[in-house]
Amino acid sequence: MFSALWNPFGIPRTESREFFEFHGVAKNSVAFFMFEIIEKTEIGPNVTWYEIKAPRIAKSRQCGQFVIIRALAHSERIPLTIADVNPVTGTITIIVQTVGKSTHEMDSLKKGDSFRDVAGPLGQPSHIQKYGTVAVIGGGLGTAVVYPQAVALRQAGNKIISIIGARTKELVILDDLLGSVSDKLIITTDDGSSGKKGLVTDALKELINSRDEKIGSTSSPSIDAVYCAGPVIMMKFVSEVTRPFNIPTIVSLNPVMVDGTGMCGGCRVTIDKQRKFACVDGPEFDGHKVDFDELMDRLKTYKGHETKKYEDHKCKLTPKN
Amino acid sequence: MQTNPEKLTAKERLAIPRQEMPQRPGDVRNKDFKEVNLGLAEQVAIREAQRCLQCKNAKCVSGCPVGIDIPGFIKLVAEGDFLGAAEILRSANDLPAVTGRVCPQEIQCEASCVRCKSDAPVAVGWLERFVADYQMQHGSKTAKLKVKKTGKKVACIGSGPSGITCAGQLARFGYDVTIFEAFHRPGGVLIYGIPEFRMPKEIVDAEIENLKRLGVNVETNVIVGRTVTIPQLINEEKFDAVFIAVGAGLPEFMDIPGENFKGVYSANEYLTRANLMEAYNPEAETPIIRGQRVCVIGGGNTAMDAVRTSKRLGAIESTIVYRRSQAEMPARKEEVHHAEEENIRFEMLTAPVEVLGDDAGWVKGLKCIRMQLGEADQSGRRRPVPIPGSEFTIDCDLVIVAIGTGANPLLTKTTPGLKLNKWDYIETDENLMTSIPGVFAGGDIVRGSATVILAMGDGKKDAQNIHNYLSAKQ
Repeated sequence: MFSALWNPFGIPRTESREFFEFHGVAKNSVAFFMFEIIEKTEIGPNVTWYEIKAPRIAKSRQCGQFVIIRALAHSERIPLTIADVNPVTGTITIIVQTVGKSTHEMDSLKKGDSFRDVAGPLGQPSHIQKYGTVAVIGGGLGTAVVYPQAVALRQAGNKIISIIGARTKELVILDDLLGSVSDKLIITTDDGSSGKKGLVTDALKELINSRDEKIGSTSSPSIDAVYCAGPVIMMKFVSEVTRPFNIPTIVSLNPVMVDGTGMCGGCRVTIDKQRKFACVDGPEFDGHKVDFDELMDRLKTYKGHETKKYEDHKCKLTPKN
Repeated sequence: MQTNPEKLTAKERLAIPRQEMPQRPGDVRNKDFKEVNLGLAEQVAIREAQRCLQCKNAKCVSGCPVGIDIPGFIKLVAEGDFLGAAEILRSANDLPAVTGRVCPQEIQCEASCVRCKSDAPVAVGWLERFVADYQMQHGSKTAKLKVKKTGKKVACIGSGPSGITCAGQLARFGYDVTIFEAFHRPGGVLIYGIPEFRMPKEIVDAEIENLKRLGVNVETNVIVGRTVTIPQLINEEKFDAVFIAVGAGLPEFMDIPGENFKGVYSANEYLTRANLMEAYNPEAETPIIRGQRVCVIGGGNTAMDAVRTSKRLGAIESTIVYRRSQAEMPARKEEVHHAEEENIRFEMLTAPVEVLGDDAGWVKGLKCIRMQLGEADQSGRRRPVPIPGSEFTIDCDLVIVAIGTGANPLLTKTTPGLKLNKWDYIETDENLMTSIPGVFAGGDIVRGSATVILAMGDGKKDAQNIHNYLSAKQ
């Protein structure tokens, strides 16, 4: 808006399509249409699966890494885990829950449209090794984060027991996919509408206490490692469950992030009393060392703003008579 | 264009006082993001240019990191040939509209001006800015380049001042140049760091446009080290040489208690939200905390940019907290002066000891201690020492840490064989080449945090060295 007042050289603003044409990033440019949405499917209530053309990222991505996406020219930069890639077709898969204005704008794009910007792959790749039996725990959208880990861990020769937690049946996502790479799949829901009634931690405790799950051994504990992603409170309690047993627990953190390249410091988290940047040092950390309370608090920073923007946005979408 | 320039004697020239830069009043401009300085009018620029004594052995030129023919361009300004002056500027400096605004002239060209002895130096920076703006408004666009192509490809990593300069020079040498930018918009620190009121983004966009007309290819959203690595650029994408200019990196924090309360930003984050993500614009979606009482810690240009931005975003009180005295502040004098005019408070000889938070985890104050200057340290500046028992608290709801940056590991850690110094910056030889043959580096990733013009100086030298290297390889 300020630039509209002060624009002596008559250069189109970045928001406009003309900007790209002005800059020679013209209609037929690869750069402009690089991030085309090849496939878009609703896989749950407000949960969408996108397959996006991003050949460079598809080629270099390793398990556990994320991208930063801007749907439109004025949108926020949002970090999203890469659920899967296809280096042959040059596409990446991301799974997005529509929760605010920026994700709503993503949802407004159709198959064949393009995202304005997709940058990545960012973050450290997952640490994958052979442990024996690994519990892979996804809470809500976190299931999309742990799915690629389950694939990689299985390839590394681990037995995979997956636990998906959700409030209710409709919110259980990717159960088919995760189930297909797991030796055992457990679903827990808060209301018991699908799988066991209860929390993922209940299922995890039960697993740890039952010794028959472990391949070729009866010694405790029955789980050799836990990979976990989901709401911070869930990751915190999962880490508390495994701590007394010294079971290695890897959590995937989701702090506020702007650039994703280590420049802004907004994603700083406290790990073992040390400052780490989730974008370049993470996003995966040892759950027994994470200051979850601080992370939960910092995630509240823009709560009011996001709700307001989304409400304003929805108001504009609703026709007034 | 004036055809009969005034013939002035040295005495007449000496009698002309330094002209004033028209600027918007402090209490008006501190409420919006429009530029502070309005630029010289044509007649004022000519008058200022007439002050130049046209020294035979001009000291100002050696004070310039890119060696602009300063008396040469000023002579043409005095004669009213502004486009001619622009040609002289552009032959040495790819970004005159930028450096005319952000260079620390007072310690470079203007510091060496002979008129410093009598009254005040010739306003080289203002004249540079005037000429560059004049050319943008009145000159013809940069012509499509007609040079003999060498058939060789060079990758420039980063589109800040160093990358832009190097890419422009290499294109003129006939190389096929691609710039890789990690962000969604090219320009580097000129876009994400320096605010609109000091460096209008249109100027940066226009410079990027110039580069494209020179045939430079700009690819955004490519994070070299992640999206593609340097070995891949060389081996798979067949680049003959690579120039690394990825700039400043990880923000430093103070390591005092309370730094993770909600309402503590690094200057990098605050300025990136405000500038690149345009959070000052109510229509933009990226949020920013608009503090009522803001403390900015640090005394450099970044601290000045942050504190003045906070005022413009509606702060009632914005304060610089700096542990030394004003004389030691590394910021440009003009920025400090502008900040004072904009009602910025300065708490000098003050060091933060703790960020205080309320029960909900939001910043509510900054506990500080008074300092006094002791012995000089390695940098030659007197070391600040705390005065025991002098603790006090500044009430604030936003704290911005602007105390510098460390090396960003993203590219350096993913490039095998790249030699780093003990601070993790890239080590280069006398030709600015890194430990990997054909890979050169410049700007902040080599120097640590420095200035736009020094980064540009590197870009220029690197372009020449890359040209020499690739020519010798034939």
